[in-house]
Formats: sequence, structure tokens, C-alpha cells
Amino acid sequence: MKKITRREAITTSALVLGGTLVGSQVLLTACSAPKKGTGLFSVDDIKILDEIGETILPATASSPGAREASIGKFMQIMVTDCFDSDNQKVFLEGIIKLDDFSRTTYNKKFMNLSGPEKQDLLVAVDEEAKKYCHNKPKNAPRHYFSLMKELTMKGYFTSEPGATKALRYVPIPGRYDGCVDYAKGDPAWAT
Amino acid sequence: MIESDSSRVNINTGTGSTENTYDAIVIGSGISGGWAAKELCEHGVKTLVLERGRNIEHLKDYPTMSKDPWKFQHRGQMTKDFLKENPLISKAAGFGEGTAHFFVKDKDHPYEQEKPFDWIRGYQVGGKSIIWGRACQRWSNFEFTAPSRYGYGLDWPIRYDDVAPWYSHVEKFIGVCGNNDGVEGMPDGEFLPPFDLNCVEKHLQQKVKEKYGRHLVQGRWAHLSEPKDIHTEQGRGRCLSRNLCMRGCPYGGYFSSVSSTLPWASKTNNLTIRPFSVVHSVIYDEQKEKVTGVRVIDTNTKVITDYFARIIFVNASALNSSLILLNSTSRRFPNGLGNDSETLGKYVGFHLYRGSVSADIDGFEDTYYYVRNPTEPILANYRNLHKQDTDYVGGFTTFLSAYRSRGDFEQGQVAIGEDFKNAASLPGGWKVHMYMQGETILKESNHVRLSTDKKDQWGIPLLVTSVGYDENDEKMIKDFLMESTSMLDSAGFKNIRAKDNKQAPGLDIHEMGGMRMGADPKTSMLNKWNQLHHCKNVFVTDGACMTSTGNQSPSILYMALTARAANFAVEEMKKGNL
Repeated sequence: MKKITRREAITTSALVLGGTLVGSQVLLTACSAPKKGTGLFSVDDIKILDEIGETILPATASSPGAREASIGKFMQIMVTDCFDSDNQKVFLEGIIKLDDFSRTTYNKKFMNLSGPEKQDLLVAVDEEAKKYCHNKPKNAPRHYFSLMKELTMKGYFTSEPGATKALRYVPIPGRYDGCVDYAKGDPAWAT
Repeated sequence: MIESDSSRVNINTGTGSTENTYDAIVIGSGISGGWAAKELCEHGVKTLVLERGRNIEHLKDYPTMSKDPWKFQHRGQMTKDFLKENPLISKAAGFGEGTAHFFVKDKDHPYEQEKPFDWIRGYQVGGKSIIWGRACQRWSNFEFTAPSRYGYGLDWPIRYDDVAPWYSHVEKFIGVCGNNDGVEGMPDGEFLPPFDLNCVEKHLQQKVKEKYGRHLVQGRWAHLSEPKDIHTEQGRGRCLSRNLCMRGCPYGGYFSSVSSTLPWASKTNNLTIRPFSVVHSVIYDEQKEKVTGVRVIDTNTKVITDYFARIIFVNASALNSSLILLNSTSRRFPNGLGNDSETLGKYVGFHLYRGSVSADIDGFEDTYYYVRNPTEPILANYRNLHKQDTDYVGGFTTFLSAYRSRGDFEQGQVAIGEDFKNAASLPGGWKVHMYMQGETILKESNHVRLSTDKKDQWGIPLLVTSVGYDENDEKMIKDFLMESTSMLDSAGFKNIRAKDNKQAPGLDIHEMGGMRMGADPKTSMLNKWNQLHHCKNVFVTDGACMTSTGNQSPSILYMALTARAANFAVEEMKKGNL
């Protein structure tokens, strides 16, 4: 398994930043003619986003992962309806950048990476995003991966599988107790 | 008088006044209007309640009340198109996908801001009582007397003893949970059992008591923690701690006009509610020297209808009540009904909500709480009680809550994958959040008035708001932030973050004044019974009547004053005085 260095991560990202990207659908259509979705996202985009989400929050013994929460579809809805055009652009370009990063690093599309490769790649991108966020001027655009990760977290933990299986969801508590014992390992309340 | 540009509408006054005549008309169906309706109807007074918004029926019209989080397409967030069209209303506390239908849309209800002022409105039967904050502390005499004692305002024509029995009357009916703590600045009441403090709140309670002699107590909130017969008779049940109140409660666990006072009034068969009825003006009869009725525009058809009654209760919400009376001109009252004192629309205030302090605390990791507290603990006002002990006047209440965040991560921990997900699913460290509710000084310059050239879609002049902060506010915010920081620091909290969010006045949704009560008709609009000094069959008992803002939550005071005034009105009618 190839470890991605911080340097490589930056180089890759800089190369992509240098290009003019219009929107993932246009580019993806140009490259590989994927099945068309509606609006800003292609069907393949949703699949990649499901995969990114699942890598960030994978299925475990105790709870399903982000894919089961239809995280790709959720990101599509939120980016389309709630993001301003600047963040939409960052997000959509981010899907391409991530795939480019994958090709440069592993010579494979993100979707074709093994589980550990996906994990390593996203750990590197996450590091890059954190550093970018730390150093960026206030008004500079956000890092695409920060947006993806935030949506993954929000979408998963408010989804039915996330809220009910990873967390504890009690729609009608019936009472409030101020002080109860906490047993290590018990999940947090979902709401 | 109907303005000339409303010639396109039909005036429907030809049907004869008999069928449009009631004993009483209540303008507004919110938290105070509902109380006026209840008290009047219970005394056999045939009452018409006018509401400018649509009808809302308890349970039937709560479309989101039982929705799980994942049933909201944007998980509570509003879309960018909505936010672009509604930058103002979207700022309101509790506003989101689950509650947006109980707030107005910006473009439907314009007003003019001479200074930034966020005017938050909920136009429907029940008004903002559906989406209110539910805090119910009593005012103390410290607040009723502070403006005159410290010379920053007009003396109230009433004292705590005048309203204490009415506080009890209201508390028993609406159901207020809380503890009788014996705090002199926040009198005890008729409370249902309180909700617990959690371990960290108890810790802070003990520390501020020990080191500062200050009182942190359990929330006094309009929740049925243990319903009594009077609540069951209303069809309301126990609060089950969902804490989704603002969507409407399936059990009637918190108080609103639509779950409580309005259906109660309706059972008497003395109540008529007319939704979609915006009041143009109150009709003054120069011969009779009193008000005879109300001019109403149907918001859908724009047909104008006059309704008649012996007494009028104005409960349209503080600023709208001023608007209606400013628009009610006659030869006798050319500057607005009852406005001989020229104070109508003036002395407007609000509550100071700008300051907040957050912090973390180590320890307590083996403790948690069972799900959700629908109330918030209260740190009673500790400023300027017996004497002025600061460089400003007025006091502030502090609301707070301690909670465990979710997901603590160590520096350098891999933030992708299984370990990350597990950590993100666990309760994190304890945090506390405190925020202020401070008194502001009512002054003549803080006012509302009618626009001279702009009108709404019904031909009613737009309201101009000219309400801003002053030096006293800035000093109080600074003091709140310093004192709260100091208390948290001495109680062992760390990473203390004090913040002044600089929000515009109005976003507190505690706008008050415009028709202040006072003993002297030369300097006030209303007497000690909330009657217009110069037109006795008009009562104003919503936030407009406030002579000062105090620091306690005002809604229950409006309810108590309304019940008191309504019972007075009934007596006066019996005596033939009205």
C-alpha cells in the first residue's frame, strides 16, 4: 500500500486548482460518459459520494455506515438546495480533484481503490483540508473535503440508521432525568 | 377612515350592525388575546376574536409535530432560495424546516427600519404563543419600582401585590413547572414539579451560591410536568420531554392559545374567531365619546367589514397594537386613538440578548442525563436590586444549560474511518452555555410610527421602527460578560468564551412598550387597569402596555395583566360604566 505524503497531496491539489473546472458532470461526461443524473450531479457522482461517506463513517459491528444512510443522495440534495454557488463549485470540482488525486497516487479511479487505499487517500485529503483551513484567508473558498465531511457527519447522524443505531434516538423520552450514571461506551443521544 | 387607494375594495357595512355586533372584540389571538377571550367568555361575554392570519387548530394543524429528523429533506435547514427571500424571519430563534409555517414570510409583511430592528412575527390563530420560549418567572417589586427609584423611567401605576393573585390565576391554568426557591428578586408561584438540574448545573448552582450568594434555580417554564384536573379538562396531558415544542405538541404539554385558552373559551359558546381579518382601525364615535367597533379587512377578499362591541381589547402584539391605534384617527384624536399625551408609539423597548458565554469543564465523565430537558435553569438577576451597584441601571436574568457535546477527538487522531465513527458516536466533554436577558430603558426616541407614503397590500400604512441600543445597554453587556466569565472561572470551567453577537434589537422577540401604563394621563396612554386614559372602553394588555421592560420573561405578565383587566372590564360592564 502506497503511503501518500503531505507533499504529494499538496502538489496534486495545486495542479487541479490550476485548471479551470466547470462542473463535475461536464468533465465526467467528457471523460467517461457516465449515466446522467438530474441537475448538478451525475449518477456516478452519487456513487462516489456514497463511497466517500462510507469511508469516513464505515459500517461496523454495531451500526451501518453512511452508504446505508444514502449519504450521496443527501449530499446531492443539500449541495443543490442549500449551498451557494461558490460552495457548489468547490464541492463539484472536489469530486474531480479527489478522483485526480486517486489517479496520481494509485493510478486508479477512486471507485476502483481497495478499502485501505480509500482510507489512506481520505486521511491524506483530510489532513490537507485541515491545514488549508488553518492557513486560509478568511474569505478564501472552503476546502472541498471539509464540505464533504461536514455533510457526511450531519447526514449520517440525523439519518435513521445513524440516529437509531450509531446513536440512541428516543423520540418520546417520557421524562427527563438530570443526573444519571454514564457507562463507558454508551452512545450519545441523537437529539 | 378608509384611504382613497382602497377604492378597489368593497365596503361591507350594509348587512346591518346587529349580526356584526358582540359584547367584546379582542384584536389578536396570541398569548394575551387568548387570555382576554377566555376570561370574557367565561363571564358570559359574547366575544369576537379577530386574527389576521390563518386558522390553526390544536393537533390538526401541526404538520411536523411527530416527524423524525430524517423525515426533513434538509434535516431542519432552510434552502438557499428561501433564505434569499426571507433573510429577516430566518434569523428567529427556533426557525427551521420544522417550524417555518408558524412564521410570516418577509415579503408579505414589510416594514421600514430607520435603525436595524428585526421584527419577528407569527400571524396565525395562536400567534407567537405556538412558538414562544415558555419561560415564566414572575416580576418582583424590584422591577416595578426600579424606574422611579433610580430615576430612569416612569413609575408603574401598579405594584407586585396588584398582579400577584393574577399570576397565580394564570399559573394554575396554563401550568408552570418550577421550584419555590425563596429568591427575593424572582417571587415564588403556583408551580408544578420542576425539571431536574443536571450534575454540572448542580455544581455551578452550588459554586455561585457559595462564592457570590447568587441563585441558580430550576427553569420556571409553561410545561405540564404533572397535569392537574384543570389541565386534563382542557384536553392537555403531561409533557413527555420531547423538547420539540415549537412544532406544536401532540399532548398539549406546553401552553399555547390554541391548546388551552381558545378551545376553553370556545366551550362556553360565547366565542367567535374570525381568521384572515386584519384590523384597519378602531372606530371612535365622536357623539358617544367612546369606541363603537373595529374596521376589519378580509386579508383574502379585501372586503372591509365593521364589527361592533361595547369593549375592545387590543392584543395585536406590541408594535401592531400601536400601529392600529396610530391608524385610528378621528377629529377628537387626530394623532391616534387616545393619544392626547403624544406618547403613542413611543417608549418602545426590548430585551438585551446580545451577550453569551460558553465554557468547558473537566470531570463528570461518569454522569449523563436522560435525553432532553425542555426547560432551562435560571440564574436570577443579581444586579441593582436594593440599590444601584453598577454604572448602569436595570438588571438581567441569565439562562443557561450544561450539556455533553458529541464526539471528542484527540489531537492528531485519524479523523476518517471506524475509530473516528465510534468516537463521534459517544458523548464528549461537558460544556455550559449562558445567555442574558437584560432590561432596556424605554425612552421617547425609541419609537414606532406610521409611514407617510408606504402601505401594505391591504392599504394600511407600513410601520416605521426607530429603535436602537444605548450606552446603558453596552455597559450592561460588558458587565454580564465579565461577571459570567468570573463565575465560570471560579467554578472551575476552562476555555471560557465570552461573546457579544451584536444582533439587532427585536430578535429577542420581546419588543415592548408604545402605550405605556401610568398614573398621569399627560405622560402615559393607559391607566392601571390597562384602559386608554381618554377612551375607557378600549383595553390594551399585550406588550404595548409596558412601562418598563424589567428583566424577567414578559409573556406571563401580559397574561396576568390581561386576566386582571378582563375581570375589571366585566365588573365595569355590570355596573354600567362601560
